Amino acid sequence: MPRLPAPPLPKILLPKPKRPGGGEDTGALSPAEAGTTVVDWVDERTSLSPGLRWLLFRKVPRGTNWAYTLGSATLFAFISQAVTGVFLAMYYRPDAAGGAYESIRNIDDNVFLGQFVRGMHKWGASVMIILIFLHMGRVFFYGAYKYPRELTWVIGVVLLILTLVMGFTGYLLPFDQKSYWASIVGVNINSGGPLIGPFLSDFLRGGNEFGATTLSRFYSIHMLLVPGAIIALIGVHLYLVSKLGTTAPPWLKPEHEDPVIQDIERAEV
Amino acid sequence: MPDRRKTKKPKYTLDRSIPGAYEGETVTRRRFMVGAANGAGMVATAAIALPALGFALAPVFKTTPVTWQPIGPPSDFPIDNYVAKTIVLTPGIGEAGNSIAYVRTRNPALDTEPEDQYNRWVALSSRCMHLGCPVRWVDAAQRFICPCHGGVYNIRGLVAGGPPVRPLDRFYTRLNTSTGLVELGPRYSVNSELRRFSPRDPGEPLDGIGQYLYPARWSTPPLSNG
Repeated sequence: MPRLPAPPLPKILLPKPKRPGGGEDTGALSPAEAGTTVVDWVDERTSLSPGLRWLLFRKVPRGTNWAYTLGSATLFAFISQAVTGVFLAMYYRPDAAGGAYESIRNIDDNVFLGQFVRGMHKWGASVMIILIFLHMGRVFFYGAYKYPRELTWVIGVVLLILTLVMGFTGYLLPFDQKSYWASIVGVNINSGGPLIGPFLSDFLRGGNEFGATTLSRFYSIHMLLVPGAIIALIGVHLYLVSKLGTTAPPWLKPEHEDPVIQDIERAEV
Repeated sequence: MPDRRKTKKPKYTLDRSIPGAYEGETVTRRRFMVGAANGAGMVATAAIALPALGFALAPVFKTTPVTWQPIGPPSDFPIDNYVAKTIVLTPGIGEAGNSIAYVRTRNPALDTEPEDQYNRWVALSSRCMHLGCPVRWVDAAQRFICPCHGGVYNIRGLVAGGPPVRPLDRFYTRLNTSTGLVELGPRYSVNSELRRFSPRDPGEPLDGIGQYLYPARWSTPPLSNG
């Protein structure tokens, strides 16, 4: 298999030359060598490292700035929501007869750091939606949605819609007065769509009135259905970003291929 | 320019000079096996996917049974004012399944819609017909007022102002002669002329084209003939 060129490593990670008179070579592996052997063993069977190198050591265009980190920031917000959500699910009970509200109250009042983790999930939800819109704005105003990145944009819009679905379904779960009436209003907005709207809201509620299974439906959509779809689409989104690379900011002019002319052009600026 | 018209293929594989063809064979064994494997895969997928989909969609098609619940003796309900009664819309889930109905005795001077055995007591749903928030009866103003987006209804439940698209929904009422109590039945929707329709969700107008854009759902009980 052809080997890719080694990535530029910092000095501290480069292999050190042997010192003269440094003692007998016993043939035993040092811890660092043993680690290398294990990595090589896995790599020989999976070819992971070329893939990782392809993903992580990409060339980025000149002019890349902090605005390019908004996508990663959104990804981090999603991971934070997923982790805190898993732990909240250990205590939450989707019981419309009062158990849901009680279980949230228990998380807030009794569970160690429960209020903190629920606060992270609650505020993190707003942070994620803000970051998505900032990321979308960056892509739009930099013109980064243009050929050949249209599909990345379309998948991003689907991810935005799925995140809004997460916000809508998650809002009901605390099951206090505000979340109950907000969900009633939300489902009724949904039923205002002509012809299929009434049937769509029947599907959302699991019946023609807010019923015993409405809360568990919302819970299931919130923690199983939509997160699965989001994870899959984030995978495709990231693959496309790695494959196509990022764009330079629109205010930079294209450079000449010849480095000599490049220098002249830069000097003129 | 090449001839784009399809030349008819010979019927037998032997005539199409396919390697390994048998005499009298119209489909190659490879093609047949691919088709059979794909078909079997589709049947297996459908055997899992269709029941799961039906399970998720079933509530849309399941009709709620008609129930009647007692709300009090006829003397409870004045002719010129409303009494709030707590009713059960969904049993078994505590307060989340309850709602409020505003009830009064029918007043022939006020209620011009034709009388029948189901509207001797006027029972209005407290659900606002804008987006479903709970309206309350304000005695001093003689109006129903919604706290969310400013919907206002008059004493007959007709829209007096704000965003609601139709009058307040109503419930069928009847007198149970054996217990002597007024009973409250299923909900129904009305248009601006108080014509009855099977129950719709809030936000769905029933005047003009609205009644066709927002059809009756399978999940609601059929309209009683009243």
